[in-house]
Amino acid sequence: MRRLIACLLAAVALCNIAPANAETAAEILAANGPLVEKASRQTIAPVIDALANSGDPAAAAVLEAWANKGLGVRKADGVFFLISPSPDGYALQDLTGADAGTAAKSDITELKPNAGVRGMIATALVQFTLSDPDPAKRRAALDSIGQDPKFEALAPLRASIDTEDDPGLRAQKIRLERLLTLRFDPDSMARVAAIYGFGADIGLDLRGALNPILATKVIAAAGDAPEGANVARELIPGRDLTDAAAYDLLVTAGLAPARLTLGAQREALLANMVNGVVGGVALADLDTQVARDRAYTALEVAGAVPVAATDDEAAAALAAHSFYDVYVEPDPAVTDAAKAELKIISRKLAAMQAADLGLDALSLASIYFLAAIGLAITFGVMGVINMAHGEFITMGAYTGYVVQLFIPNYTASIIVALPLAFAVTFLAGVALERLVIRHLYKRPLETLLATFGISIALQQIFKNVFGTQARPLTSPAWLDGALSFNDVVSISYIRIAIFVLALLFLGFFLWLMKRTRLGLEVRAVTQNPNMAASMGINPDRINMLTFGIGSGIAGIAGVAIGLFAKVTSELGSDYIVQSFMTVVVGGVGNIWGTLAGATMIGGLQKVIEWFNPSNTLAAQTYMILFIILFIQFRPRGIIALRGRAAGD
Amino acid sequence: MQKSYLMRTPSLLIFLATLALFTVFVTVAADMGWMSTSFVKTLGKTLCLCLAAVAMDLVWGYAGILSLGHMAFFAIGGYMIGMWLMYARTEEIVVASLMNGGLPATPQEVQQGIATQIFGVVGASDLPTIWGFAHSLPLQLLLVVALPGLLALIFGWLAFRSRVTGVYLSILTQAMTLALSLYLFQNDSGLRGNNGLSGLQNLPGLDAVGQDRLSVWFFWASAGALGLTYLLLAWVVSGKFGSVIRAIRDDEARVRFLGYSVETYKLFVFTLTAVIVAIAGALYYPQAGIINPAELAPIASIYLAVWVAIGGRGRLYGAVIGAAVVSLLTTWFTGGRAPSIPLGFATINWVDWWQVLLGMSFVAVTLFAPKGIGGLFDAFAGLRTPDRKGAPLGPDDGSLQEQEAVE
Repeated sequence: MRRLIACLLAAVALCNIAPANAETAAEILAANGPLVEKASRQTIAPVIDALANSGDPAAAAVLEAWANKGLGVRKADGVFFLISPSPDGYALQDLTGADAGTAAKSDITELKPNAGVRGMIATALVQFTLSDPDPAKRRAALDSIGQDPKFEALAPLRASIDTEDDPGLRAQKIRLERLLTLRFDPDSMARVAAIYGFGADIGLDLRGALNPILATKVIAAAGDAPEGANVARELIPGRDLTDAAAYDLLVTAGLAPARLTLGAQREALLANMVNGVVGGVALADLDTQVARDRAYTALEVAGAVPVAATDDEAAAALAAHSFYDVYVEPDPAVTDAAKAELKIISRKLAAMQAADLGLDALSLASIYFLAAIGLAITFGVMGVINMAHGEFITMGAYTGYVVQLFIPNYTASIIVALPLAFAVTFLAGVALERLVIRHLYKRPLETLLATFGISIALQQIFKNVFGTQARPLTSPAWLDGALSFNDVVSISYIRIAIFVLALLFLGFFLWLMKRTRLGLEVRAVTQNPNMAASMGINPDRINMLTFGIGSGIAGIAGVAIGLFAKVTSELGSDYIVQSFMTVVVGGVGNIWGTLAGATMIGGLQKVIEWFNPSNTLAAQTYMILFIILFIQFRPRGIIALRGRAAGD
Repeated sequence: MQKSYLMRTPSLLIFLATLALFTVFVTVAADMGWMSTSFVKTLGKTLCLCLAAVAMDLVWGYAGILSLGHMAFFAIGGYMIGMWLMYARTEEIVVASLMNGGLPATPQEVQQGIATQIFGVVGASDLPTIWGFAHSLPLQLLLVVALPGLLALIFGWLAFRSRVTGVYLSILTQAMTLALSLYLFQNDSGLRGNNGLSGLQNLPGLDAVGQDRLSVWFFWASAGALGLTYLLLAWVVSGKFGSVIRAIRDDEARVRFLGYSVETYKLFVFTLTAVIVAIAGALYYPQAGIINPAELAPIASIYLAVWVAIGGRGRLYGAVIGAAVVSLLTTWFTGGRAPSIPLGFATINWVDWWQVLLGMSFVAVTLFAPKGIGGLFDAFAGLRTPDRKGAPLGPDDGSLQEQEAVE
């Protein structure tokens, strides 16, 4: 339809206005003086088009001036000038830009085009901006066409490609030209060629251009589909659309009488009630649908109410009509091509989405791993259930927040916060170990409950000190933004940083346990404290240090988690159950198990979320159910220790 | 000579007599107007919590299974009774409003009206399938015990079959209640998402009876349930069955080698306590008036364990005392009635600091008084701890410590 109007307008332009190129801007304006002075959306299009296509180098400046109230007409003889305010009225230039003296304000009528006309001028100006010497302006013009694709932009865009010398912009122009061609070109072969020309391109703009072509609407028809309709498929009521929806379509199309709604029936019965009886049925008996239908039918027979479709009639009407899903686009060649192209795209897209899902899963896994690695030491290696572990994570995050209060430079503050968070939570961990846990070794259930007491106390203290609202822990600017490979696959830098941090910790853990004296002693003490003691190791000291290191790592994890999550007193407790799950699922006492557990939990959660993206709660629910079942089959986790190392 | 059972356990008679006296006192006080309706409700709710704690004591104190998921059963019981309360109450309102429309309501209209009333808040207008029994009180009451029982049976069977014990079981049960609460938080779970069920304090058909009366009735029901359950559980733990589950707590492997089916015993205890806790929940929530998925948060179940530990585990009366003391103190402190303590540089406002005190006192009880408050009664009755040179009663995680045990 829009194309039709455009063609008509062009035809009108050709008839009314002398052929383009033959005239200068001044001549065109002069020839259409009254029209220009009283410009309105409905009438001015031919003039603007003529100006735009005149080939006069001054046309762009004239149009621009017109839109910006810089065009005036001399009242005396109706000659147009470019005007600008000056002390004694207006400074005048003729339309080629040459100085034409000044004029008093009263001699000149300033043209004030309305918003609609300004919009049309702006569209006409696009072709000039597309060839503007300033690349930034050209890019802006391309962007504006891309955001609001129109048929009118196609011709100027094509014309501007040849003269484009910036290779990047040229590629962008060619792509945009193809996108516009596949939607708006009058020649359907050209559109089909443009569609297939894209191959397996997964750009958002291409999908945005293809999807409107495949827009459909549902129509109802008696018998076959109407002539010339581009039918996507036939719809069977009851299978593809509900009976009610199908019947509504018939009603809207005027092919069937409206159905009686329960509310309307109720109103009709009430309106026709006489002495507590309606249609031969007593009021008290109207408490079933059958009785109400009987009363209404009686009224229908008596002619008191309009005839409404009963269920039988509705069913018959549905059977007599067919329903079709029809493309809005009339040309089947184009829709077929678009469908085929979208199929190719969706295949590529699925692969890309899988890759993106993989990245998401990896980053979630590294978050879980980071939250759990401290537990892998305290719970995995030492066998101490520390329910306050989550609060150590929170403590780390709050340390980061406090550091940022003193050091405003975000990069520097993070560099200070990481070791400081380690130090603070290390000390907290040592204190907890000395004061509480030391007395409860071998009593894991009591440890669980005692550390839970610590946990609720710490949480409340955080609330009292820092308040209940979220505190900001801002990441440095260089961690903002995302690394994107294309429109689908991208990952934010902060998640990459967390992934790297998780890898660093994995390396640190392995180095600490396998390559240091402390690690050796830790392993000795966990396996057999008495034997270790008789070899000259002080188990008390080792336990204290190990617990402190595990807690310290939780603090660092807290800084990292605080960078992307809200820092509240509940930050850590959100992760505590998942962290224990990660360690248990992976296999207690083995860092590779923790890694495997985190990967499995993170990956599965993302996959489940992918099936139902709107519902992360359901994903977590199914995740936990899965873990409960998983424990049934591998009670000792993915990587179970065997033999003596298992300790029993 | 074998003394009679009641003579051997004087605590049972003392407990029942105290409960009866307390009930009479509260009834009189409510009638005379000495006690506000809300306080009677608080006491009634506390009795329900005591009931849950007694069950928790059986499963943890006697059988050594530290379940951190029993409050899930409590909430399920509440949801089941809440469904009927809400349905029946809404039905009354809908039928009344349809009567005003001039025509008597058809069943479809009533159904539709109820669905819109209840589920309008989560943007749905159809009654989910799980509300299929909500119209019937007997069926819904059956579900109060059947659903948690079944869930506990399945979960327990899976867990005990694969020999998940100790802290692993604790974490697993915690995960179970977390999963349930996350599930219920969804709007399309069919139980109104995070809005939960509300208006449960109004009993259908009893509008004429004021809340002051209803609160006393519920108090009686709660006291009765607590008394009966206490009697039942005291009987359960007194005989051979009690000896077996205590043995399982202290040394599971040895009991297994003696030929007992450890899993069956554990499963029975787990399921029985789940049902008891669910009944407690079904009595609790009509007094609370509202239930939502936050009630299933893992922390609620940990509190249950905390009450038992503070009261002293392995003693039924200990659980009751622990639950009553801690929950009443919590009400008092968080109600803003406890006087603040000025320290000069700062003021300790108990609404903010009560939880810190609770957490710390819990650590202190675990470290210094494993017997909890129940230990005071032991000292009074002249019971002493066995001399085991510091060794616990058995090698298992749930076994009683030397100081917890009674000679």
